Amino acid sequence: MKSSAGLHFKTYVLILVMVIFGPLGNVLLGKGMKRIGAVSIATPVEAVHVLSRVLTSGSIWLGIASLMIFFGANMLVLSWADYSYVQPASSVAYLMSALLAHFLLREMVTPTRWVGVLIICLGVLVVGHTSPRTTEPT
Amino acid sequence: MLVVIFYFLIICAGTGGELCVSRAMKAVGEVKDFRPAALVGVVVRALRVSWMWIGLGLMATAFFSLLAVLSRQNVSVVVPVTALSYGAGALGGKFFLGEQVTSRRWAGVLLVCLGVALVVAGRQ
Repeated sequence: MKSSAGLHFKTYVLILVMVIFGPLGNVLLGKGMKRIGAVSIATPVEAVHVLSRVLTSGSIWLGIASLMIFFGANMLVLSWADYSYVQPASSVAYLMSALLAHFLLREMVTPTRWVGVLIICLGVLVVGHTSPRTTEPT
Repeated sequence: MLVVIFYFLIICAGTGGELCVSRAMKAVGEVKDFRPAALVGVVVRALRVSWMWIGLGLMATAFFSLLAVLSRQNVSVVVPVTALSYGAGALGGKFFLGEQVTSRRWAGVLLVCLGVALVVAGRQ
């Protein structure tokens, strides 16, 4: 019982880390790439120019750091939990992304898009209510 | 057209990469010790599993595709569209990881796809 509670606790903590740092990383990358503008890598000179602008963007480095934290938490939780459990459980990230984009990046989000995001969350909640583990641990 | 290719890479390479990482971490075994030295040991063990390298390669491909799309479209459109990964994830879970994908789970995936369609339809 104690072991099961511990397993749930560490699963929830790591999924919380994923839900916070995944969307934050996406928003920071979005902010950095918007500043750079549409990427054109038709010639080597253009490619080097784009790469240098990407590598000198603070937002992009912060975004990469956030996504690395997200990836570390994802790796750890997948060592014991089903992929088909972890993927839906981290679905709140989609709602968080829209909220961050709306309030942080001041992007226009139409009502239709908000309904779409909510239906996505509903769908992943339905998936999340299925059995978390359907295979034997190795 | 280029954006469609990038979306395809984000969804297929991203999900494929996560499935490979999932397989590698199951081979490493459940992490119970969260001290820094022990976590370094987990990373070293994970890097010895070939599925991890395949997964990292696929995820890197998805990451650079994501960067390319983010330079062209709003993040509140890009991120929900990548929710199509749930469909790919359910298929991968069933055929690659041997998970049982029930009708209820498929219903959830269908809802996700509906949500994605609405998000795309709501684009300005």
